[in-house]
Order: sequence, then C-alpha cells, then structure tokens
Amino acid sequence: MSSDAIAIQTAEATGRPWVETLHEWVTTVDHKRLGVLYILYALVFLLIAGLEAMIIRIQLIRPHNDFVSPQVFNRMFTMHGTTMIFFVVMPVLFGFANYLVPLMIGARDMAFPRLNAFSFWLTALGGLLLYFSFLGGNGLYGAGTAPDVGWWAYAPLTSRAFSPGHSSDYWTIALLVSGFGSMGTAVNLVATIISMRCPGMSLGRMPLFAWLNLTMAGMVFLVIGPLTAAQLMLCVDRYLGGHFFDTQAGGSATLWMHFFWIFGHPEVYVLVIPAFAFLSEIVPVFSRKPIFGYPVMVGATICIGFVSMSVWAHHMFTIGMNSYANSFFAITSMVVGVPTGIKIFNWLGTMWGGRIIFKTPMLFCIGFLFQFLIAGLTGIMLATAPFNWQLSGSYFVVAHFHYVIVGSILFAIFGAFYYWYPKITGRRYNETLGKLHFWLFLIGFHLCFDLMHIPGLHGMPRRIYTYEPGRGWETLNLLVTIGAFVQGIAVLVFVANLIISYFKGAKAGNDPWDAWTLEWSVSSPPPAYNFAAVPTVASRRPLWDLKHPEDPDSRYE
Amino acid sequence: MSTITNPLSATSAAWTLPYRGKVGMACLIFAESAIFTIFVVAYLFYVGKSLTGPTPREVLETPIFYTICLLSSSLTIHLAGKLLERGQRGAFLLLWLSTIVLGALFLYGTGQEWHRLIYEHGLTISTNLFGTTYYSLVGLHASHVIAGLVMLTIVLLFGLAGRVGPEQSARVEVLSLYWHFVDVVWVVVFTVVYVLGR
Repeated sequence: MSSDAIAIQTAEATGRPWVETLHEWVTTVDHKRLGVLYILYALVFLLIAGLEAMIIRIQLIRPHNDFVSPQVFNRMFTMHGTTMIFFVVMPVLFGFANYLVPLMIGARDMAFPRLNAFSFWLTALGGLLLYFSFLGGNGLYGAGTAPDVGWWAYAPLTSRAFSPGHSSDYWTIALLVSGFGSMGTAVNLVATIISMRCPGMSLGRMPLFAWLNLTMAGMVFLVIGPLTAAQLMLCVDRYLGGHFFDTQAGGSATLWMHFFWIFGHPEVYVLVIPAFAFLSEIVPVFSRKPIFGYPVMVGATICIGFVSMSVWAHHMFTIGMNSYANSFFAITSMVVGVPTGIKIFNWLGTMWGGRIIFKTPMLFCIGFLFQFLIAGLTGIMLATAPFNWQLSGSYFVVAHFHYVIVGSILFAIFGAFYYWYPKITGRRYNETLGKLHFWLFLIGFHLCFDLMHIPGLHGMPRRIYTYEPGRGWETLNLLVTIGAFVQGIAVLVFVANLIISYFKGAKAGNDPWDAWTLEWSVSSPPPAYNFAAVPTVASRRPLWDLKHPEDPDSRYE
Repeated sequence: MSTITNPLSATSAAWTLPYRGKVGMACLIFAESAIFTIFVVAYLFYVGKSLTGPTPREVLETPIFYTICLLSSSLTIHLAGKLLERGQRGAFLLLWLSTIVLGALFLYGTGQEWHRLIYEHGLTISTNLFGTTYYSLVGLHASHVIAGLVMLTIVLLFGLAGRVGPEQSARVEVLSLYWHFVDVVWVVVFTVVYVLGR
C-alpha cells in the first residue's frame, strides 16, 4: 500500500517545477519534512560555526600570532559558542525528535503540526538574526559588528556603555526568538507523546527514544523560561534604561550569572539526554539484544532531569559564594553523576554478551561511551570547589565541555545520522566513507581535546587572543590546532558521504538494520501519512513480535 | 508490512488519551511559570535595594477593587464553560462577555495606577530598581492579560456569529485554563508587590 503512495509521489515530483517543490517545503506542516529542515538548517550552521572554530584555532597556533585582531577573535568565540549550542545542536536534536517521535509511537503527525512549522521558522529567524549582526550590528555608532560578549554574555559587558551599537541586541533577540521556537517544539513533543500514542503503546512500552525526548521537552520549559526572562530583562536594560544588571544603580551582575546558569547548566542535559536517546536505540539494535534495564533507564533519565536543575552554581564557584552554597552545588553536581553512571552501565549491559555489529553508527556510540566517561570524570574534578578555584576559566574547562559536547553529544548525533539516514533518504550511506569519517574524527578529536587539558592545567586562560612564548603552551597549541583541522576534514567527509549517498547509495528498503521500533515498519522515506492504518502494539519491540510470531516479546511483559 | 496488527488487541476501542489541547496548554503554563518565577525572584532580590526614591511604601496603593474584578473573572469564565457544555449559548455569551469586561476593568486599573505613578510620582522604568522591577513584573502580567483578552474577544466574536457550540467546549476549556493561570499569577504578583514588597 505504501509503495503505491511512493510511486505516486515520485511521479508527481519529476513533472513539477522546482518553485512548486520549494513552495511545498516552505509551507509544509509535515513533521518529517520539518525534521529534515531542522537537520539541514543545523548542518549549514555546523559548517559556519566549524569555520569560526578554525579561525580561533589558527589564531592560537603559535604565540603572538596576528591572523585576526583581538576584536575579531572575541566575535569568533562568541559566535562559535552561541551558534553551536542554539543553532546546531538544539535544531539537530529537535529535527530528529520531530522526525522520529511520531513514527516511533505510531502517530500520523505531531499534536500541533502548524505550531511545529511556526517553531521551526522562529528558530530559523533566530539564526538569521544572529548572523545578520555581521551586517547590521554597526548601527549608528560605528562600533562592533557581531556580538563579542561571550556566549554567556556576563554583565556589565552587555550594558550600553561597554557594548554600544546593536551587536548585543542581535544576540539577545536571536536567543529570545529561537527560545520561543524551542518552547513551541517542546510543547508539541510533550503533547504528541502524551496524547498521540497508538493503541497499545502505553508509557511503559514506548521506545526509550520517546521517553528521553519527553524528559528533554519537560526540561526545556524550565530551562528556556529563565533564559527568556533574563533576555527580556536585558532588553529592558538596553532599550528602556532599566537597571536589572546595572551595578551603578544598585543592580547585580551576579544575578545575571545566576539566571544565565539556571538556563545554562540544565541546557547541557537538554542536549545530552537526546544523545542518550540515540544510544538507547542504536546500541540494542547493533548488539542484537533488547535494552538492558528499561525501567531503570527511564528512572535514571528523570532523575537526571530533576537533579540537573540544582547544579547551576558550580559554574560560579569563583565569584565567592558562602561555603554552604559551595558545598551544596559541589554535592549536587557529583550526585548527577550517579544516574548518568547507571545509564553507562545499562548500555554496557546491553552490549555484554550481544553479537555486536561494528557498523558506523555503533562505532560512534562506542566512542561516545569512552569519551562521555572521561568527560564525566573531568566534570567531577571541576565540581570539587577547591579544584575549580584553580582551573575555572582555563583551557581545562574548555577541554572538559568540548569532551561533553563534541566527544559525547556530537558523536551520538553522528551515530544517529548514519543509523536513520536510510530511513530518511531511502538510501544506504557509504560504509567506507562512514568508517573513514569515524576514524578521522576520533583521531582529530583526541589530538585536539585530550591535549587541550594540559595547557589548561599549566594555567592557560580561555578567551585570550594570543599568548607569550616560553610558557610551555606552544607545542600543545600547535597539536590542538592540527587536531581541529583533522576534525574539520572528517566533517567534510561526512557531508560528502551524505550528499554522494543521497544520489548514488543503494536502495535501503524498509528495515536495513533488522530493527524493532515502528519507524522501520513503514517505507523509506515514510509516506506523508506515516501509517496507512494506525498500528497496534503489544510490547516494547513491535517489529520483533511481527518477525517472530512464535516467540513474541508480549509473552514476557 | 505497513501496519502492525495484533489479534489480541481487539480491545483498542477503550484506548483513550488526554486531550492534546489541554496537555499543550499545561506545558505552556509550565514554561510561563518559569518565566514569571525569574521575574518574581528578581523583584524580591531587589526589594529595598534602590539607591534613590520613590520607594514602594511611598507610592504604591493596594488595588483591591481591580484585584476582585480579575479574580471574579475566573469564576465567570468557569461558569461560562459549564453553560456551554450544557448547550446554553445565550447564557454562555453573557458570562463570557462579563469575563472580558472584568478583565478590561483590571487592565484599566493597571493603566490608571501607572499613569498616577508616572505623572504624580515621577516613577518610570528607568528611575530606580523599584521602577525597573515593578514595571517589568506588572507589565509582564498585564501583557498576558492583554493576550488573554484578545483570545477571549475572538471567541466572543465567533460566539456572536453563532459558531461556538457545545462541540467547541473542550477548546474553550483550554482558553479558560490560560485565563485561570493569568489570575493565579496575579495572586502571586499581588502578594509579592503589594504585601511582601512593602
């Protein structure tokens, strides 16, 4: 039935002018198309923000380098951080959630398709606004172009006196607008997962992917809310002459730090929980075993969601909080490692005794497990307040959070790209190029971010545009930059693989991985209506039940 | 292969899930609560920290009448919803209209207070920390009242055109949830600004 629909679609597509196809994509409310739009949009920004990272690394390749001016350097690290968080990782995760959640829970679309489109276009507008600052940031004052206040934009750097022109305003408005988009998508995800599940899909039978995205969406409300409020206050300060963060009128710069990190730290978990979701789907399929400890995984995720809300001030140990606050935030930051450790053991338990297939998605997941463990360990080091006093604001911190965001989240995202590429495009990716991408990226990553810890331990502060020779940082910085370039080449291999396989790849069929969740039951790419008849499920692995009627999972649940 | 049917699941007729509109609104309220919480925290954090006058004690007057207006509008919208469910359209429209009138009265009260503060006491958003936090918090709430009134008015217009019947009851209920939220936020803002903040 669905193959007929595909045939009709392609027949239509060939006979149609491109303007009409474009119009269709721009006005679409289909969750799959919006998911693809989110992902493509994020890929464009991945290349842009990657380029900015390269500029930063070229500048730091040797002491007293003058590749870019200090002003440009400030803009580059601000734009790199802001773009990567808000316009690369968030959209790519929302894209996958948008595409996969309805398919996995047997729904025909999200709960609010038009809100879904609206949210995407808000996010898109946010990214455009941020980058329009390169043109429009000058304003009437002839000062600055792109934002240069760092991705956390501490007061008073953002006050009118220190940030004339409009650069900070573009930063504020871009985050405000894309924040509304994120909230819209989160509302949509929760409503879809609560209200649109197919018959038999009880909460306890949902794929972990849906559970983890439900948790992520719940966190988005608590995370983006404070960010939105703080940005509104900054707008009041900058446009209406308010004093929220104006220390000369009694305002508090520390309050901004609190508000920003109440957003900023849980945000890391908003990003990493969907990465956990990818792992929870990929690891079982490539180990040929069901996930180990499903209820514990759900419990640990929700536990992370709660605990991560009370750890934010570990970013602020150096501002001089009292010892009770220091102890509290140090302890909660370490406690969050417990449920995270449970998850790592569960993935290992899933792999244990399984027949592991080392295809590209699985390779990236295994990379994730190693690197996420190390990222967690340096995280616990930094959660120790006295240690943090030594290393806060150094390259050790930069290395730590890149271990989380690149070594863990980005690895999981690459895994997800390879795993669901056949479903989304209907083509198989090139396995050789995939493996080349993995190994290049792995080598580049470790060269870059393992070594980056060391200049941090030697006292190299972050955000400096250059440094003196003779401090023992030169060789390490050179190697770090080489590692960054290797990663850059790996990303180009990845993009080339996506493009080449789209045109030349072998047909994937419905279920290339012999997987168990509902998205693999429909054609690749799925028809616009997803399911010709709404499915009914009886266990956590509906496709297993279908393929093995003699021994269905439902017998054991 | 496009469907998974299980012969055991003939009971799927009993499969009901919560109404998505209600879930969506609950999520929105959750997110909005986070925004308001931050503004309330900022207000409380800055109580008494203004370097110059005027202070809240000097200039604020407790708006009891307008508060009663807003809170009673929660009652009228609730009753309106019940009447619509039973199909009494005329009574529904009357109560819906009175909700709008009560909400508009409240907004008028806020406007009057701001006018007095600005023209009699010279308190603007840039005067001192009190002005900054007060206008932001009360203004954020007032903007939610305005958004609510716009949506209520749209329903009223549809109702006058005869398009709102018992079959829209669930949707009207979603809007009603939002309006209750706006009222509850006012209880918090009132307590913070007019009771604790003085």
